[in-house]
Amino acid sequence: MRRLTIDLWVGVFVTAGLIGLLVLALKVGNASSVSVSDGYVITADFDNIGGLKARAPVKSAGVVVGRVERIGFNNQNFRATVTMRIGNQFEFPKDSAVSILTAGLLGEQYVGIDGGGDVELLGDGDKVRLTQSAIVLEKVIGQFLYSKAAEAGSGN
Amino acid sequence: MDNALIRGLRLVGRLTVDGIWQIGATTRFMGMVLLRSGMTFRRFRLLMDEIYFAGALSLIIIIVSGLFVGLVLGLQGYETLKRYGSAEAVGTLVALSLVRELGPVVSALLFASRAGSAMTAEIGIMKSTEQLSAMEMMAVDPFSRVISPMFWGGFLSMPLLAAIFSATGIFGGYLITVVVIGVDAGAFWSQMQASVDLREDILNGVIKSIVFGAAVTAIALFEGYDAPPTAEGVSHAVTNTVVTSALAVLALDFVLTAFMFTGV
Amino acid sequence: MSSEALVEISNVDFSYNAQPVLKRLALRFPRGKVVAIMGGSGTGKTTVLRLIGGQLRPDRGEVTFDGKPVHRMSHAELYAARRRMGMLFQFGALFTDLSVYENVAFALREHTRLPEPMIRDLVLMKLQAVGLRGAHALKPSELSGGMARRVALARAIALDPSLMMYDEPFTGLDPISTAVIGNLIRKLNDALGATSIVVTHDVEASLKIVDYVYLIADGEVVAEGTPAEVTRSEEPFVRQFINGEIDGPVRLHYTAASYESDLGLDN
Repeated sequence: MRRLTIDLWVGVFVTAGLIGLLVLALKVGNASSVSVSDGYVITADFDNIGGLKARAPVKSAGVVVGRVERIGFNNQNFRATVTMRIGNQFEFPKDSAVSILTAGLLGEQYVGIDGGGDVELLGDGDKVRLTQSAIVLEKVIGQFLYSKAAEAGSGN
Repeated sequence: MDNALIRGLRLVGRLTVDGIWQIGATTRFMGMVLLRSGMTFRRFRLLMDEIYFAGALSLIIIIVSGLFVGLVLGLQGYETLKRYGSAEAVGTLVALSLVRELGPVVSALLFASRAGSAMTAEIGIMKSTEQLSAMEMMAVDPFSRVISPMFWGGFLSMPLLAAIFSATGIFGGYLITVVVIGVDAGAFWSQMQASVDLREDILNGVIKSIVFGAAVTAIALFEGYDAPPTAEGVSHAVTNTVVTSALAVLALDFVLTAFMFTGV
Repeated sequence: MSSEALVEISNVDFSYNAQPVLKRLALRFPRGKVVAIMGGSGTGKTTVLRLIGGQLRPDRGEVTFDGKPVHRMSHAELYAARRRMGMLFQFGALFTDLSVYENVAFALREHTRLPEPMIRDLVLMKLQAVGLRGAHALKPSELSGGMARRVALARAIALDPSLMMYDEPFTGLDPISTAVIGNLIRKLNDALGATSIVVTHDVEASLKIVDYVYLIADGEVVAEGTPAEVTRSEEPFVRQFINGEIDGPVRLHYTAASYESDLGLDN
């Protein structure tokens, strides 16, 4: 009798625990959406990646289409090489442009893809030529101040 | 002045020696527990009893605390995020804080005070009333029969408890922000899903809870086994279990977080 | 000679935290006999039992059980030897979360694969032997001290051991329970064909039932013999212990500086 009570409670507990894990994985996490393991890989070189990190989202028109897999440094041209994995269901023309964007003013950085007009599609291992680097706040402010100073100088 | 210096150095020395002894003794003890685990898995009944003891009996406290932590997180998060006009991100906030930190840590602390202290008391009392000795003299190894099943019961229960805690917490956050305050349900879930990563966040949270479960159970069992066989000794050991486990969980959490969530 | 003794302790030294407890102790426990180890409190009597059971290791010397040195046995050998030993602990050491029935059945369930009806018969037989068959459904917390000790005794004999060890079996019992336990020790020993070791300081109760007595003081044997020899002995220590006299070779006071100097009266 006691035996059966214990069995019942252990059953309740283990089931609840497994449901908890399942809820976390499916409802809370993104196991059901873009899976990182399958998909094709594209690379792009940037002058400056700012604060981009591996595993940052790759978005197109606001939809998450993939993740940044690896960030490397190219010793030949001194640029950053970003490797991205894109979900198989998403297709982009060969002349698409990638840029590093910031979510909101202070949000995390992500890679944005703007589709081009080419007939051929990007495939596994392709390199995207058109890139726009991250906006580095110090540079922007520096440029702004510089142009202001120049304006003031020419006005005098 | 000179005396104070020598006294200070002596204190440091003693603490070091004691600490090393403690680590060595716990390691040796855990070695015995792991080496003699065979019976735990051959006789499933023993393990069932301990999962009931460590897990099922902690279910209520875990669910209730998880729910309240979720409610508070939802409320506080909403109030703060509202000011920046991003109240929908409250789902992300609740989920990430629970899955990464609060779920494993708070449930480990609750587990230490609910199940860990009971384990220490049980082992301590069995030792002080010579029940462990009696078992040994009946040619039944107390490590195989009592201590190992307890360890595995706690070890297996802890990740499940943490998952239940996080899940009910997120449900609590949903309840307060979506149902009561009226944040958009779609935004709540989709923002959460967009930023909670299965491997990075959830799997790491589960790993944390496994490590905490092992640490708390090991501390609880060792304290009980090492307790002086007196009433005072056992009560002291129970206190030690709760304090040491709490410190160990927080310290381990820092170390694990540093490894898991920072940088590339 | 060694084939006759089931347990033999030769020249054993033992110390707790550098505090010597046993010094060159030598005891023999012949098969089929009930032997008492007597001595004041804190003279290392219980230590002797723990050495025989392999729960402690001697610093020097040897403890043999059935011809084999206990402290040199492997884990498996030691546990095999312990299956042939039964031990009654001072306060019973019953498993408090199990019923009387389950306490007695514990060793049977752990070591045998007997079917439930047979375990039931064996448990009830053991409980009958100590006169507590009717109490099988009770919890240890519902038992009196004497009953708890009898249940513990039934549990200790569950596997029909060839060596029974009793740690202070008479402590804290009323005269009737004392007589009951004493009687049981003798009867069980003869019925099981076992060898028994009784550690006690209860002179009266034990002299009635044992075959041989060792008197221990300060970790050494100070006197030995049959109960009759011991009662007739003229040795001052034996006289003091047997008759319970306050004054004699054993001092009441723990070793200390002189009373006068402790009170500061010597200068």
